[in-house]
Amino acid sequence: MSASAVVFYILSFFIVASALLAVTSRKIFRSAIWLLFTLTGIAGLYFWLQMEFVAAVQIVVYVGGIVVLIIFSIFLTQQSGKDLPVPVRGRAVFSILAACAGFVLTCLILRGYVFRPADQAPDSVGAGASAGAGANVGNIGAQLLSTSEHGYVLPFEVISILLLAAMIGCIVIAMKTKPEHR
Amino acid sequence: MPNAAYILLIPLLPLAGFVLLGLFGRKYFRRSAGLLGTGVVLVSAALALWVAWQYFSAGHAAGHYGQTVPVRLRWLNFSPGLSIDMSVILDPISVMMLFVVTFISLMVHIFSLGYMKGEARYATYYAFLNLFTFSMLGLVMAGNIFETYIFWELVGCSSFLLIGYYYDRPTAVAAAKKAFIVTRFADLGFLIGILILSFYSGSLDIQTLVRRLATPGSPLTEITTASFLGISMLSWGLGLVFVGGAGKSALFPLHIWLPDAMEGPTPVSALIHAATMVVAGVYLVARLYFVYINFDHVAVLQIILWVGAISALLAAIIACTQTDIKRVLAYSTMSQIGYMMLALGTFHPVGEATTLGYTAAMFHLFTHAFFKALLFLCAGVIIHRVHSNEMEDMGGLRKSLPLTHICFLIGCLAIAGIPPFAGFFSKEDILLAAWDANKAVYYIGVFTSGLTAFYMFRLYFSVFWRRPAREVGGHHGDGGHREAPFTMKLPLVILSLGAVFAGFVPFSSLVTYDGTPQEGHGIGLFAVFPVTVAAIGLGIAAYLYRTASDRPERAASALKGLYRFAYHKFYIDEVYLFITKKIIFNFIGRPAAWIDRKIVDGLMNGLAAVTAWVSAAIKRLQSGKVQDYALYFFAGITGLAILFIYIYT
Amino acid sequence: MSQVPLTHILFVSTALFFIGMYGLLTRRNMITMLMSVELILNSVNINFIAFNRYLYPSRLDGVFFTLFIVAIAAAEAAVAIAIIINLYRNFGSIDVESAEEMKY
Repeated sequence: MSASAVVFYILSFFIVASALLAVTSRKIFRSAIWLLFTLTGIAGLYFWLQMEFVAAVQIVVYVGGIVVLIIFSIFLTQQSGKDLPVPVRGRAVFSILAACAGFVLTCLILRGYVFRPADQAPDSVGAGASAGAGANVGNIGAQLLSTSEHGYVLPFEVISILLLAAMIGCIVIAMKTKPEHR
Repeated sequence: MPNAAYILLIPLLPLAGFVLLGLFGRKYFRRSAGLLGTGVVLVSAALALWVAWQYFSAGHAAGHYGQTVPVRLRWLNFSPGLSIDMSVILDPISVMMLFVVTFISLMVHIFSLGYMKGEARYATYYAFLNLFTFSMLGLVMAGNIFETYIFWELVGCSSFLLIGYYYDRPTAVAAAKKAFIVTRFADLGFLIGILILSFYSGSLDIQTLVRRLATPGSPLTEITTASFLGISMLSWGLGLVFVGGAGKSALFPLHIWLPDAMEGPTPVSALIHAATMVVAGVYLVARLYFVYINFDHVAVLQIILWVGAISALLAAIIACTQTDIKRVLAYSTMSQIGYMMLALGTFHPVGEATTLGYTAAMFHLFTHAFFKALLFLCAGVIIHRVHSNEMEDMGGLRKSLPLTHICFLIGCLAIAGIPPFAGFFSKEDILLAAWDANKAVYYIGVFTSGLTAFYMFRLYFSVFWRRPAREVGGHHGDGGHREAPFTMKLPLVILSLGAVFAGFVPFSSLVTYDGTPQEGHGIGLFAVFPVTVAAIGLGIAAYLYRTASDRPERAASALKGLYRFAYHKFYIDEVYLFITKKIIFNFIGRPAAWIDRKIVDGLMNGLAAVTAWVSAAIKRLQSGKVQDYALYFFAGITGLAILFIYIYT
Repeated sequence: MSQVPLTHILFVSTALFFIGMYGLLTRRNMITMLMSVELILNSVNINFIAFNRYLYPSRLDGVFFTLFIVAIAAAEAAVAIAIIINLYRNFGSIDVESAEEMKY
């Protein structure tokens, strides 16, 4: 059991525990904080997988943006102090059953499947160097905006339009309509 | 032979009249409906007379009156031999009936011009009369036994419509219902009889059927051997056909509808329930006579003989006690039809005058049509004047209704069988046939003819001679009131001429069962006994009823029990009512209604209730909550995943 | 990294996925439902990155998918918050049980 494996197991335990607490906590603010911890744990996992850029994006966008947004909305709807209502009994039972069934099913499928790497083994030096070198910011940036094969400029543009639409949509939905003048 | 087109016109003209008056009568023919209806029947009568003239002169020249089928239209073909055709048959009795039906119908149409004047539904009345004329003509001309059945039902339907003409009177409605139901019930027998006869003879055409069933030793001998409950199938068939005829002809015990049918207008009673429809049963038996007299089946003829005799006697006894003028005439009709039936039943395999019964029955039908219609129309005039049907309200009318008085007297003399009026000749023929067949029936016939004379003259003297108990009619201001309009007097005169002279028609040389003329036989001394009995009856009636006295009441109290029985029509109606109300309603009607309500309806309602319950139970799935829907969604996906991954590998 | 087989990472992400699913189906508050949705999206992200790292080390497609998912998740969270605020204005509470207009 090497050190990285130990790190991985600690990280995954942290992630799963935080997620569980996030969905079962009775106070909404705490639930948001547990979510924050979960997302940070996932960022740590990305660091462990040596995808630093993605981890940074995770922290900046998810933790710094979305969780903050959630906390804003909690304050806007004046919910922070009170306890959350208890979930409906029947539904909770069935949901636990469904989630466990789904989890078991998926794990069974995963265990029976043999994942074959498409390229050479990742821990050979030459490949590892090129792979590790492959996931840096420069490569990501170049490939994101390239128009050749494996270029992602079209989805990039589409995403920007999507963000524009989402922005306009949010404003429209959350707008207070002016009362009619008599 | 006359052209087929003219023969077809005879029934089709009244049909056209019916359609016109039925569809447009109320709007366009409000006042002229009577003239239109009468005109149509006038043309039909003229055509019928011409056809009869042609037929009988041609037959006279040939020495034989044959049976021809001038028109045949194939209609429903079930199999090569079995088909329902619309065909016309011409033989002595059908031609005679054509003439009788159209002539009496014409008289009734003319009479109704005056009698029904001012009625609200004048056009409807003439439409129904035309419908009846068409149906009756179709019945007598039908050459296919199913065609007969169709017209049979049509006649019943017209009778229903006309009896219930005053539909706002509950008694009229009940009477129409009763007539229809009783005759319908009898027609069930008729239909089964038709099916049996046509099955065994393989044909529905009357000529073919009669030929196949009547020749002994024909290849269809299986009929005589096939049997049900010990009686051969042919007897069943003929007996059931006779049941149908007995219902329509109001023979015992299916006679209960005829007295009630007097609720209809009086001209209707004259036409339908005296002269034409009620003789349909007699006509039916005569039409199939060859099959009836096939000597293996004399048993059915015995039934016919005795049913006729009993009906004649029973009706005569009841008529002696009735006080409603139309009821007396109705029972007298029943009695005379009994005579006709018993004449048909007098076939005797050996002896000379074996088929005199056929001729006698048809002769009596012919003369009876005249004098019975005459009597009913006179009754119509009387009722029109007195505005009541009861004999107590009448009396001493011979001064105010002189013409009616003479006509009624002629009718009574004719029906009593006094020579030389028409009824004498036909009744003597019947009694002669009965003498040869069965002496007991002969004596019943003679006794009944005495009763006939008695009750008819009881009626005559009570209406025209006896001073009434109270004066009636004075408040109607009839000082200058004429007796009756011309349209009502003309048919009376014509019919009385018929009642006087119809007896002189040489019937036995014109109408016989096989078409060969038989020379007329002298009646002679044989007639003395019945005429004397009739004269005695007349005398007793005169003694009791000519002047107002209490002699009738004393006579009635002397015969206490019998009088009471006869007055209540032998309680036969009560028996029928008991059977229908207590037995049929309770044991068949109520359980059937219960099954319909609880089981059939319950099944349907239960189905609906189950559907509603299931729907209420599953509507809770539609909770409106997003998370429930997500759960169903996810559960479905999991289920499908398990299904496809593990079960369908 | 090679000591931890790919399937272990996938177990983690699967667990995260079903925890998010449980939260989505059970939590009555709309904002906590949104949080559960974020958990689900993150589990998918882990999957992509793991597959990219273990099975396709010379390529970057998994990274891009992850980036796009992050962007879309952000947009979606913003729109969801807007809807929640709108619902809060109409129903007076953010309890999802109170939005049952489609009930029978």
